[in-house]
Amino acid sequence: MANETQTGGRSVDIGHAAKDALLAGLIALGLFGVFIGLQTVQDISNRLVLKVRPEALAVIVGIIVVGRFLLNVFVWGREPSHKAAVASPSGGLLGMFKRLCFLVGVVVTLVAVVDIGFRLAGGALPNMPISPPGTMGLGSIILIEAVAALFGVVLIAFGQNMTERAAALLGPAGIGFLAAFPIIAILGAGWGGSLKWIDNFGIQILIYVMLGWGLNIVVGLAGLLDLGYVAFYAVGAYSYALLAKEFGLSFWILLPLAGILSAFWGIILGFPVLRLRGDYLAIVTLAFGEIIRMVLVNWVDFSGGYAGISGIPRPTLFGIPFNATDEGFAARFGLEFSPIYRTIFLYYLILCLALLTAFVTVRMRRMPVGRAWEALREDEIACRSLGINTTNTKLTAFALGAMFGGFAGSFFSARQGFISPESFTFIESAQILAIVVLGGMGSLYGVVIAAVVLVGGFEIMRELDFLKQIFGNDFDPALYRGLIFGASMVVIMLWKPRGLISTRTPTAFLKERKTVSGDLVKEGHG
Amino acid sequence: MEVFLQQLINGITLGSIYGLIAIGYTMVFGIIGMVNFAHGDVFMVSAFIAMITFLLIGALVGSVPVVIAIVLMLVVAMVLTSLWNWTIERVAYRPLRGSFRLAPLISAIGVSIFLSNFVQVTQGPRNKPVPGMLNDVIILVESPTYNVAISYKQIMIMVVTAILLAAFWYLVQKTSLGRAQRACEQDRKMASLLGIDVDRTISITFVMGAALAAVAGVMYMVYYGVVSFSDGFNPGVKAFTAAVLGGIGSLPGAVVGGLLIGLIEVFWSAYFTIDYKDVAAFSILAITLIFMPQGLLGKPEVEKV
Repeated sequence: MANETQTGGRSVDIGHAAKDALLAGLIALGLFGVFIGLQTVQDISNRLVLKVRPEALAVIVGIIVVGRFLLNVFVWGREPSHKAAVASPSGGLLGMFKRLCFLVGVVVTLVAVVDIGFRLAGGALPNMPISPPGTMGLGSIILIEAVAALFGVVLIAFGQNMTERAAALLGPAGIGFLAAFPIIAILGAGWGGSLKWIDNFGIQILIYVMLGWGLNIVVGLAGLLDLGYVAFYAVGAYSYALLAKEFGLSFWILLPLAGILSAFWGIILGFPVLRLRGDYLAIVTLAFGEIIRMVLVNWVDFSGGYAGISGIPRPTLFGIPFNATDEGFAARFGLEFSPIYRTIFLYYLILCLALLTAFVTVRMRRMPVGRAWEALREDEIACRSLGINTTNTKLTAFALGAMFGGFAGSFFSARQGFISPESFTFIESAQILAIVVLGGMGSLYGVVIAAVVLVGGFEIMRELDFLKQIFGNDFDPALYRGLIFGASMVVIMLWKPRGLISTRTPTAFLKERKTVSGDLVKEGHG
Repeated sequence: MEVFLQQLINGITLGSIYGLIAIGYTMVFGIIGMVNFAHGDVFMVSAFIAMITFLLIGALVGSVPVVIAIVLMLVVAMVLTSLWNWTIERVAYRPLRGSFRLAPLISAIGVSIFLSNFVQVTQGPRNKPVPGMLNDVIILVESPTYNVAISYKQIMIMVVTAILLAAFWYLVQKTSLGRAQRACEQDRKMASLLGIDVDRTISITFVMGAALAAVAGVMYMVYYGVVSFSDGFNPGVKAFTAAVLGGIGSLPGAVVGGLLIGLIEVFWSAYFTIDYKDVAAFSILAITLIFMPQGLLGKPEVEKV
């Protein structure tokens, strides 16, 4: 009976769907007509002239009309049955999504593992879609596939409802992979080629993972939306840069010092604002972040202004520098000098720092203060009624998050050797926030997945040649970075407001530990 | 004294623009309790629409009287910006009503990033200079050292702002639409029980906010003669500061706050240092939120359990 009404409804729906799609197209024409259809360019005499781009406009509007029509007919046309499905979580959309994840995970892992096997055996599969042959070294391809395999395993684990055992295996497996990553990279891509992999992928992603985990303490655990997190990153970076240059102190003394300074700033900035409600807090932290950046821009005597600080001393291996001198790392250990040693050292350094962040987060969640954070996130008024000192609790989260931001900042300035206020804009804060939000607020694995996809994804997109063939030779995925970040924040909020990994493992439980969906946790207004 | 007068004129001009944007923040906050983070970027989008319309007029018709060009720009920018904001509300905010506390704000941040990057990708990252309009000035006070002057654009900005505010005030206070809006502001559930289409009212609120932001965008474009994709952020935060300073949720408060922020910014630049003018605005935001969250004309917020 339900089927009949549905099919009956759908046959009528086609006309309605077409009308709706045309309307959507009309709106799209209104929205994009000015921006995509017309482009303003400067001519030789620097005056603005208009260039018309009807094809691009037609393509975009066409995609919207057709997409809307198809969605209307095939997805939204069956709305009632969907709603019924959502009500029962085991069999509904969630279950479908999990089965899909499991399936995709199995396929990705199998393909990747089989292909690695083939390639190592010498008989590479003819047409791997991941990379056109001949543009990348064998090692790079294997590396991508290893990452894909890991991603597949994560998907499988997610599809399997993330049982305790799978989750317990995932951690060590991931850490093992990360620890072995430079070796895999060197084996795969050779001495020269691996530098890019370890630096652009490994270190870059790990910095964002660390920042994401640090911000996760503030946003994910304590539920305080912090839009100025990058300020603490900047404090850490500048305190290392200035103290190392002015006083010649070593990285290992300044690393904790930078963390302490950042935490101190976290307390100073946090103390007055933590009484505010959620969105006010967000705006004030944004204001503080911008104030710190503007001070860095304008106080030229202190920070060098826009020019920034260059020639920042590089970290040493407990006093052994990574340079070509006789005192250097390579000479001491009787190796031939190569810049890769420093990169590998930096990689392991940021890995240790990130793991420290994760370790502290995991342990803190089991301590009273960590539980207070999570309780605070769920319902502030209830917390206050139960005698939790909300100001102190929020302050510890703020300070701890700021401290890890400071660690990451001092690592960043030691790695770059050059910092300027350009690196600490609001967009950076928004990117870190996007990673935390997309991954699932409060989930450590989620942050890793989001960082790998969002940071690593763009690096990989740069490598893919077939995108260049489609979009023309001057296609630069980095241009679309912000566009995708912004759109994905909206989409994730609409589709899974709790992020990709929205299950929570409770730290306090009655009889057995069960992961619960974040949707089941209701938040109060505080 | 002459400097003071001149800065007063400049400050009121700038404050009018901030006030127009601030109304969009304050109305949306009043009706759904959400900080519409993307509003500054909607303003930027409207400035771009105005700029492109201006070029389009030049390309299609040739030279037209400035007044007609500005009216056309206003109309096109208001219509298209309203369409943008309507779509944004429909796509990004409406499904999140009833979701968890921070979801709409995060979505709005996403929209804000999306909009500025969309404009950057489609129109290019460079500043867009537009030929100056209405550059003639009237000299008000003549003195040997310093002439106090008011330009036609400044007069136009003040006049248009005043007219629009009057029309807008009439709309909110005297029409049934405005009554529905004020009802939703007080109690959305009760309003819907009494037969008010709440979703529609909220949509109209977004449209009205966008229309005023579009006026501000046109004025901004005419006043400064240059627009850039990143122009949404700073005016956006300053207008939000204005809304908070005036008391968020209060319409006269938004205008008063806008004027104050404009004056403070201009006087700060004139008498102290221009480098820290944004720091001044941001500090006012933080200080107001910490010590006087209800603002100048707002009602104190009572927290209900």
